[in-house]
Amino acid sequence: MQLTGAQALIKSLEQAGVDVMFGYPGGAILPTYDALLDSSIRHVLVRHEQGGGHMAEGYALATGKPGVLMITSGPGATNAITPIADAYLDSVPLVVITGQVSTSVMGTDAFQEAPIIGITAGIVKHSYLVQSADEIPRVVAAAFYIATTGRPGPVLIDFPKNVSLETMEWYWPSSVEELDLPGYQPEVALDMDAVTEAAELINQAERPILYVGGGTIKSDASKELLAFAERTGMPVVTTLQARGAFPDSHEQHLGMPGMHGTYTAVTAIQQSDLLISLGARFDDRVTGKVSTFAPHAKIIHVDIDPVEFNKIKKVNVAIQSNVAAALSALDKTGTKPKNLEVWWKQLNAWREEFPLFYEAQEEGSPLRPQMVIEAINKSSKPGTIVSTDVGQHQMYASQFWKFEEPRTWLSSGGAGTMGFGLPAAIGAKVGAPDTTVWAIVGDGGVVMTIQELLAASAAGINIKVCILNNEFLGMVYQWQQLVYDGRLSHVALPSPDFVKIAEGMHCVGIKATTEAEMHAAIKQANEINDRPVVIDFRTDASENVWPMVHAGASNDDIIVHPSQRGN
Amino acid sequence: MNSHEIIEEVIHTPVRLHILSVKVENKPGVLMRIAGLFTRRGFNIYSLSVAPSELGARFSRVTIVVDAESAPLEQIVGQLNKLINVVEISDLSPKDAVERELLIATVPTHVDVRTPLLDIIATANAAIIDVDSSAVTIMLAGTPSACDDLERELEAFANVELYRTGRVALPRLGTPA
Repeated sequence: MQLTGAQALIKSLEQAGVDVMFGYPGGAILPTYDALLDSSIRHVLVRHEQGGGHMAEGYALATGKPGVLMITSGPGATNAITPIADAYLDSVPLVVITGQVSTSVMGTDAFQEAPIIGITAGIVKHSYLVQSADEIPRVVAAAFYIATTGRPGPVLIDFPKNVSLETMEWYWPSSVEELDLPGYQPEVALDMDAVTEAAELINQAERPILYVGGGTIKSDASKELLAFAERTGMPVVTTLQARGAFPDSHEQHLGMPGMHGTYTAVTAIQQSDLLISLGARFDDRVTGKVSTFAPHAKIIHVDIDPVEFNKIKKVNVAIQSNVAAALSALDKTGTKPKNLEVWWKQLNAWREEFPLFYEAQEEGSPLRPQMVIEAINKSSKPGTIVSTDVGQHQMYASQFWKFEEPRTWLSSGGAGTMGFGLPAAIGAKVGAPDTTVWAIVGDGGVVMTIQELLAASAAGINIKVCILNNEFLGMVYQWQQLVYDGRLSHVALPSPDFVKIAEGMHCVGIKATTEAEMHAAIKQANEINDRPVVIDFRTDASENVWPMVHAGASNDDIIVHPSQRGN
Repeated sequence: MNSHEIIEEVIHTPVRLHILSVKVENKPGVLMRIAGLFTRRGFNIYSLSVAPSELGARFSRVTIVVDAESAPLEQIVGQLNKLINVVEISDLSPKDAVERELLIATVPTHVDVRTPLLDIIATANAAIIDVDSSAVTIMLAGTPSACDDLERELEAFANVELYRTGRVALPRLGTPA
């Protein structure tokens, strides 16, 4: 069967199992968009390539399947750099197809030419420049294989226009061997000696912690984690990327560690004698000052990516594996700490003394952002998906929303990308159409990609958007107060009329300034299922995120909520 | 190599330098990926040479001398290994490797410098590969330290144009792999 390069690309996507993609057409990718018309693949027309990339990420995070973005060359491609970088840092499987100018004019500064392979080299897992139409099925199959295996990540396919117009004889690679990847071995056999050593360390531990990271969700290891944690009785902390990997309602869950983690999670790690890292990478937002991080702990590090071993902290036992397989193997050894009674007594005392806390709402005051999140959480069905941007609202959402299931929390962790939350929610809703999806965002980040409301309303992707609007860049405001002596530099954000913006983009817009309006707005939002809804919650700018460990400070110097400081 | 040369080599090569012999797929952009990785991760390249090898058209060998003080060697090797086009990495410590590099230099030849120059060429076991009325071009294929020595000697001459290729290396015979 003879196909054009464009047809071969679309057919290859179908063969790779793609049923939905996000994208935006333009000159160099036009032949491929023409071929797309004859395909069963659903295409969501985005309004900006950055939004499209975050949608693909949201789709991938919510479903576990790779997200696909197709865009044109030059500015189309460069607009997608932020989501590619975001996906790289948070290990999100993404396949990005960029149109490219024809090979005969590449390098001549042709119209809409950008050297996207070079520009993205440091933020992709791999990239391909397709040089002839014959390569297309192999390249597409390899791109999906690389994006989804081992440590997942973004793969870029740069697709010159002339190649999309060539013809080729159709084939589809039938095995991994045909993908021509002599340098890629994503899985290695589990090192049973390391498992035995790890089991031995666990047997001897008196103050162990299961330090659960995003790799636990990436490898769908929640079931194995629950079984292992319950059998061994060890306490669990879940990082920002792992929220939902272990139920928040579970009594062994101490919450999130790190800069704005719970006092108990942060302090437990500091006091631990054994840290069992499961697909986490000792990020600086978790460790604080590395030299004083978990100073008494031996470390067992489970990671699919061996480069993470000893990168930040020297480990005692490294297990190169996906988290699910490693946990199963560890569980089979029957390993168990002898007695955790003293440890739990201490942990429970901390939990009792330093719970997450905010002052009750006062009549006539702006809304407490934490209260808004709890109110939405209470009104939502189990399994509701939440996405966020980065900043105070993100920390409040992570702290006060109770996550019970994996893949219900989508947040930009490593890159800390403002503008992620709204499009990620759209992508998640596309992947999970029967699930309610809330974007919880701040008034700063939301305007960075707010045009995607139009993409959502046009395609009937009925997300709900909670804007915690304090008319400030909240986290920067907090730092300028605490670290920069209250010198406020370019941090005030006079609010636009979010209701009008929402309505202008064919969504429902609601404004809530009082507690009664808040409850009414949430109720109304939950009743609307035929359009996206945006609620502008007017929140208190004086509210800060507690606890807090200052950047670069030791986790021992965690600062709790002002009301708990006398303790 | 005689024992004197071996001792010279070990003494003159700082321990922090490691030689990575990297087998890569012969694909466009592979050098960009390696160079970009070193830049992005803050690893220092001391020298780098790339050429086709006995591995055939499909693969090339890149010899990278890295400064293992800029980052732990484990990180450098690990991150390189993550590049999809990198197939295999052998880490050769200088004492377990035979290394050679090529130095070529064009030296202007006024009457008063000819004799000392000829002495240097003879002592260094270098060769004259091009001559005209005003200059000679010489070459030395030798150990990095021999090239260092020759380069130092040539500093005494004015207007020297000098290039070095960076080193290539193979495991010393009889060394366990």
